[in-house]
Amino acid sequence: MASDPYRDMQSTPEFGALRKALRGFVFPMTAAFFLWYLLYVVLSAYARDFMSIKLIGNINVALVFGLLQFVTTFLIAWLYARFAGRKLDPIADELRAKVENGGTR
Amino acid sequence: MSPRTLTIVLFLLFVLATLAITVWASRQTRSAADFYAGGRQFSAFQNGMAIGGDYMSAASFLGIAGIIALNGYDGFLYSIGFLVAWLVALLLVAELLRNAGRYTMADVLAFRMRQIPVRTAAAVSTVTVSVFYLLAQMVGAGALVALLLGITPNSTFLGMDANTAKVATIVMVGALMIVYVVVGGMKGTTYVQIVKAFMLMIGAAVMTVLVFAAFKFNLSSLLGDAAATSGKGDAFLNPGTVYGKEVASATQTFYNKMDLLSLGIALVLGTAGLPHILIRFYTVPTAKIARKSVLWAIGIIGTFYLFTLALGFGAAALVGANAIKAQNPGGNTAAPQLAQELGRRFFGGELGGTAFLAVIAAVAFATILAVVAGLTLASSSSLSHDFYAAVVKKGTATERQEVTVARISAFAIGAVSIVLGILARDLNVAFLVALAFAVAASGNLPAILYSLFWKRFTTRGATWAIYGGLTTAVLLVLFSPIVSGTPTSMFKTLDFDWFPLSNPGIISIPAGFFFGWLGTVLSREKADEGKYAEMEVRALTGAGAH
Repeated sequence: MASDPYRDMQSTPEFGALRKALRGFVFPMTAAFFLWYLLYVVLSAYARDFMSIKLIGNINVALVFGLLQFVTTFLIAWLYARFAGRKLDPIADELRAKVENGGTR
Repeated sequence: MSPRTLTIVLFLLFVLATLAITVWASRQTRSAADFYAGGRQFSAFQNGMAIGGDYMSAASFLGIAGIIALNGYDGFLYSIGFLVAWLVALLLVAELLRNAGRYTMADVLAFRMRQIPVRTAAAVSTVTVSVFYLLAQMVGAGALVALLLGITPNSTFLGMDANTAKVATIVMVGALMIVYVVVGGMKGTTYVQIVKAFMLMIGAAVMTVLVFAAFKFNLSSLLGDAAATSGKGDAFLNPGTVYGKEVASATQTFYNKMDLLSLGIALVLGTAGLPHILIRFYTVPTAKIARKSVLWAIGIIGTFYLFTLALGFGAAALVGANAIKAQNPGGNTAAPQLAQELGRRFFGGELGGTAFLAVIAAVAFATILAVVAGLTLASSSSLSHDFYAAVVKKGTATERQEVTVARISAFAIGAVSIVLGILARDLNVAFLVALAFAVAASGNLPAILYSLFWKRFTTRGATWAIYGGLTTAVLLVLFSPIVSGTPTSMFKTLDFDWFPLSNPGIISIPAGFFFGWLGTVLSREKADEGKYAEMEVRALTGAGAH
């Protein structure tokens, strides 16, 4: 039976490591930013006294919290790009070449 | 020159320029990959701008600025949800979709499933989401034209009263989007979106700088003036003026707060399930460039939402709620009115005000056109590639036939949207954008995530997730106060609202994930492991990518 290059690749330890690296970064990070965002929405709904505390002049916690969501979004995007460029792309490129050059046989 | 003449001249210049680009793009459009994916030759920056152009709708520009101008802080919630949502797209969807798919969302959903049921479901959901979104934009355009051109209830323009102008605008917007898509395909549409994104970013940036200049670059005094002018005092700067409002009835307060959570969740999970956004990832050569284009998009969109914050508070402080409400009770004209005021202050009195108003009004029209073109393209691609080619012709259609059918579909979708837009022109359909996000988050997102990450996911799981999430979201809205039962409902005299929330997401999104799981565990057939291996390897490594 002719072997299937994709199944062969999927069962290699290298591919397993790539999958693990990707999921190990994106799943916890997704959970983190989602909970952080949810915290912001929940505080907006239920902690209005806290959100309305003024920090500097008319700038209150709600505004700073909202702006922090922008900061964390930019930060996570940058972290992911750096991680993917360093840890994922080199392995992915190597494995891609193997698959396209006739599997891992 | 009167402001309306200037607006029209500027807008016509935009239309002429984009039509020229469209005709040029049509000469470069030969294959199906050209029509559906713009030849996959766009750079990360170009696609990032186009994503911004596709995403920053009139609802974002005029709507959010308006909500902030009239109600203060609460409008910011939308901006935050719309931005954070991009992390879902970046981390979980963009690159894997780019690697595993070709032209549509369904390419990934149906990769390891039975083609006919999954592609049918994907086409149904793509058209539903896109048409909801499209209708909101078209009716919005109709409502705006009278305001942006300054047609008051008793006056006429070129012999048209406000109502005729509304209908004429819907027809014109529809006709232009049909031309962009039918003639220019993805290439033409992408350039329209890029040009619009440039115009919108420059317009919003100039306004933001001027707003800050008016307050000597002191954010605190801008906020203070906005709060004082609003008549709401400090409450204007705190959450709770519109969403999650606290009222006398404890039950109603609970519902209001749940509604806020529900909206927040749908905004953040909807983006990565919007078909017109997903197909943008196919327009670049590789997954790495898709990633970079999302990074650009996050930067552009994030900056834009920071601008809208300044525009909203700026309009509240410099124009004032009374003047805005006098023009449009919903606040949709806050941004153009702010432009007029800023022009007056900084560009030499009335003439400058008139000119700047005209510029921003033209930008607003350009914004609407670019978004509706993207939506039309997404639905026609799905009708042709998913429904016609895979379901009707069972994979025997030639590229040429597919592209022809896509063009016919674009024409049909456009025509139907024009008719529906005219019929709905006096209804308050702004909720359709939120509904589109809710459906995308409830039906499409579970199906996409399960497809990419869950080995056991089956055909039945995919169709149940899509139909289950979609139906739950639409039914809950149908029985919500948006449609009936209150003085602000679409149908004020009818009363069948038993679901207390306006936003279905908090129920329908878990429902979509649940149906996807249930369909999978109840499947008699096993997931195709060989196909999953192929998809996973392709998605993660880029092997065999189109």
